Amino acid sequence: MSTGSNGSNGSGNGNKPIVEQAISADSEAGSAVSGKVAPPPGQMKKADFVSDQEVRWCPGCGDYAILNNVQKVMPELGIPREKIVFVSGIGCSSRFPYYMNTYGFHSIHGRAPAIATGIKCANPELSVWVITGDGDALSIGGNHFIHAIRRNLDINYILFNNRIYGLTKGQYSPTSELGKKTKSAPMGTIDYPINPLSLAIASEATFVARSIDIDVRHLGSVVEAGARHKGISFIEVYQNCNIFNDHAFDYFADRSVRSDNVLYLEDGKPMIFGKERNKGIRMNGAHPEVVTIGEDGITEADLLVHNVNLADPSVAFMLARMEQPDFPQPVGIFRAVERATYEDLLVDQIDVAIAKSGPGSLEKLINGGDTWVVE
Amino acid sequence: MSTVIENPVEHFEKHFEELEAVTIRFAGDSGDGMQLTGTQFTNTSAVLGNDISTLPDFPAEIRAPAGSLPGVSGFQLNFSSHDIKTPGDQPNVLVAMNPAALKVNVPDLEDGGTIIVNTDGFTPENLKYAAYSSNPLEDGSLAGYRVHKLPISTLNMNALKGAVQLTRKEMDRSKNFFALGVLYWLYDRPIEPTIKWINAKFGKNPELAKANEIAVRTGYNFADTTEVFTTHYTVKKANIAPGKYRKITGNEATALGFVAASQLAGRALFYGSYPITPASDILHELARHKSFGVKTFQAEDEIAAVCAAIGASFTGHIGLTGTSGPGVALKQEAIGLAVMTELPLVIINVQRGGPSTGLPTKTEQADLFQAVWGRNGECPAIVVAPATPADCFQMAIEAVRLAFKYMSPVFYLSDGYLANGAEPWAIPEVNALPKIPVTFATDPASFMPYARDQQTLARPYAIPGTPGLEHRIGGIEKQNITGNVNYDPENHHLMVRLRQEKIDRVVQDVPPVEVCGEKTGKVLVLGWGSTYGSISTAVERLQSEGKSVSSAHLRHLNPFPANLGEVLAGFETVIIPEMNLGQLCTMIRAKYLVDAVAFSKVKGRPFQIREIVRKVEEYL
Ligand code: SF4
Repeated sequence: MSTGSNGSNGSGNGNKPIVEQAISADSEAGSAVSGKVAPPPGQMKKADFVSDQEVRWCPGCGDYAILNNVQKVMPELGIPREKIVFVSGIGCSSRFPYYMNTYGFHSIHGRAPAIATGIKCANPELSVWVITGDGDALSIGGNHFIHAIRRNLDINYILFNNRIYGLTKGQYSPTSELGKKTKSAPMGTIDYPINPLSLAIASEATFVARSIDIDVRHLGSVVEAGARHKGISFIEVYQNCNIFNDHAFDYFADRSVRSDNVLYLEDGKPMIFGKERNKGIRMNGAHPEVVTIGEDGITEADLLVHNVNLADPSVAFMLARMEQPDFPQPVGIFRAVERATYEDLLVDQIDVAIAKSGPGSLEKLINGGDTWVVE
Repeated sequence: MSTVIENPVEHFEKHFEELEAVTIRFAGDSGDGMQLTGTQFTNTSAVLGNDISTLPDFPAEIRAPAGSLPGVSGFQLNFSSHDIKTPGDQPNVLVAMNPAALKVNVPDLEDGGTIIVNTDGFTPENLKYAAYSSNPLEDGSLAGYRVHKLPISTLNMNALKGAVQLTRKEMDRSKNFFALGVLYWLYDRPIEPTIKWINAKFGKNPELAKANEIAVRTGYNFADTTEVFTTHYTVKKANIAPGKYRKITGNEATALGFVAASQLAGRALFYGSYPITPASDILHELARHKSFGVKTFQAEDEIAAVCAAIGASFTGHIGLTGTSGPGVALKQEAIGLAVMTELPLVIINVQRGGPSTGLPTKTEQADLFQAVWGRNGECPAIVVAPATPADCFQMAIEAVRLAFKYMSPVFYLSDGYLANGAEPWAIPEVNALPKIPVTFATDPASFMPYARDQQTLARPYAIPGTPGLEHRIGGIEKQNITGNVNYDPENHHLMVRLRQEKIDRVVQDVPPVEVCGEKTGKVLVLGWGSTYGSISTAVERLQSEGKSVSSAHLRHLNPFPANLGEVLAGFETVIIPEMNLGQLCTMIRAKYLVDAVAFSKVKGRPFQIREIVRKVEEYL
């Protein structure tokens, strides 16, 4: 009868060389770590957030602009670098954490919000960011999307919406428009698309915003506002995939038509848009309509005034449903309301339990229940 | 045939007999309170000093139609004046509250065993529900048993009428306490502990408490005075090692074990879980222990549960997730991520009958392969399995210790039988429990995410919040040492072998497997998990008859203990009883080239001692 020499299940013999490689190699090769402690928050610059990893998106991809913007916003937030964690799923956008010189976790398809939930619960002091795409967040990860949002963890959740699967080379995504022809739908898709903001609002999101990769200033301000919001901050960023879905957001890209096609939402301001700044949104009964100031006696006073703080999400939802070409595409902050965060409630319950019965005693715990003594 | 209960006869002479061990099965509708009755009898017996072992048998449906066969709920209890390790092969006594309970359970009863029935439950309707064409109490089909026919509902109702302010229905619900009272007299147990318990439990509803108390007392007094019972029995104290004990189920011991591990490691426990039978009780139990800093997270699904646990592990908590087989199937991709990112993680699998939904409330051991090999790629993880309900406590601590020391996922394989079975637990001294060391990396100058400890090959544990150690991990293959994304073929070949070697090295932390009996001989019975009780009892029985048979039990299944090969080599035949089609057996045959014999039973029920005895006898 032959027996194994040790308890290993399945590995071959002669492992010495590999083990030596593992523990003796020096670290000349560039490392995933900078090996340096970051400067204090007030003195950090964008460069402090750039990792040494080569960025590998296609040239011209909208992801570059978003990365650049997020790196630029980071020093503004005044958060120590070691307290920042970027978590992603799978897809082009999900490579993002590798390029940030912070803690990062590139996880598995769709699950970033769940991983981020565990991180935030374990250490509520961390600034936790989820980077995801339309397929990652809304298809394979749809369930986590809904539940991470409804729990209102203080997490910044950025969805890069390019309306296509890029990494797997061009299949339609849950946000692709009906009838879109792709490799997996040569005759056009028969799936109705999902609207990420509608779903976020329906999932009780406390902060909902939209921006676009090419509008650098707007994107930066929305990201910063989201980061400062306490609670879940859901930001949809329209992102051009110039390889598989170029021109998807041309109404933005083309500056000559942008102001006619885009409504920049500003808190406390009437909803005005257009090159001439003479178009606006007004309510007609329960429905929004586009009107022109000066026509039919319409004045600015008739227009809907944006209010991000409304507890009732109905108007935010209505705005999220407004789409090109019938309406200007709204961007900006749709909704920003306060609600206790999941991690605060979690920690509160622990504090209450400790206040009530003192810190747990293992001695008492295992001696609980009906006990008896055998002499 | 008459079941007339005469007025008690004064000074009726009763006999007293001493027994070594008794196995009782209480059975009734899931609404009849049989679990409670059994639990009370068990607690009283434990406090009296008997050794005990119990196993409930739940129906899969929460409220199957009253009186129906699928709605039968059972609770088996073995109490003894000597050491016992199982809830007993065959009940000596069956308490059946209706025809369905009788029908389901009578085949298990020993020949000549005692049946106590509630005749009031044997209505024509209930007989039809149980698919009896004639009344078994009258047609002679129970001639081989000693049948005591008691109109329990009527007797109980008579005692309560006028004594309590409750509806008939409410009064009738205390009939299980009447039955308990009868059993207490029959086996010479005091009723006081139960009365005390009733008053504590139903304190808020004094009428209900009163009804239950009257029911127990009346049952006891009835048994004492009626002619139906001529003998009662006593089972003496067992010779149990001195110490403080409590009765504990596997699920309770598991939950307490992980709380203890958290204290011993000085790290908070994060439990991500999704409700599933038979693991949910662990979530319920852990949710009660917030004062220990335990964070429980009832996730939206199984995948979120494990992913959140991984996130918590990455952040320095003890990341724990718990489920049953179908849940593990959903979690496997994420467990692969934890293997790749080399993070500590413990996965509890309270195994149940499979595949698919299978038999949710029944026990099985068919997820061993799933734990060892169930992921894509070469994806090794550590696997441990507790052997008894009380052992769950120790193995929970062991799982956490190995997870941290080797920066690896650890499977903890319990099963439905361990989860719900109970036995006395000698409560350990807290000071005697082993501390679990956890070391975090802190030095930016020397930190490399995939550098390795010389002895364990574990990578350093650097948690967010540590200045200068900002780094990125993920599911893509990583470069040795630096942890950078890397697709180089040689590097992948190296990393695959390193991950395997790391798990292989766990063997240095696995205690040698012990042989009970001679180290060489004709037969070795090798087991793992919950089969321990039946195997060791069967082998001891054969050894006492002078047979050349030994037993060994594995609590570490990946890697195996270093001396296992040598142990196996000492025997002519190795028999491996498993509640699966031979999974450990396949692993043993593959690794040690031993012609081991699989002894399979996949019925949702644990092995009986005599089944193992018979199997071993074939090879002696
Ligand atoms: S495939 Fe599209 S989304 Fe992906 S990196 Fe290239 S351009 Fe960007």
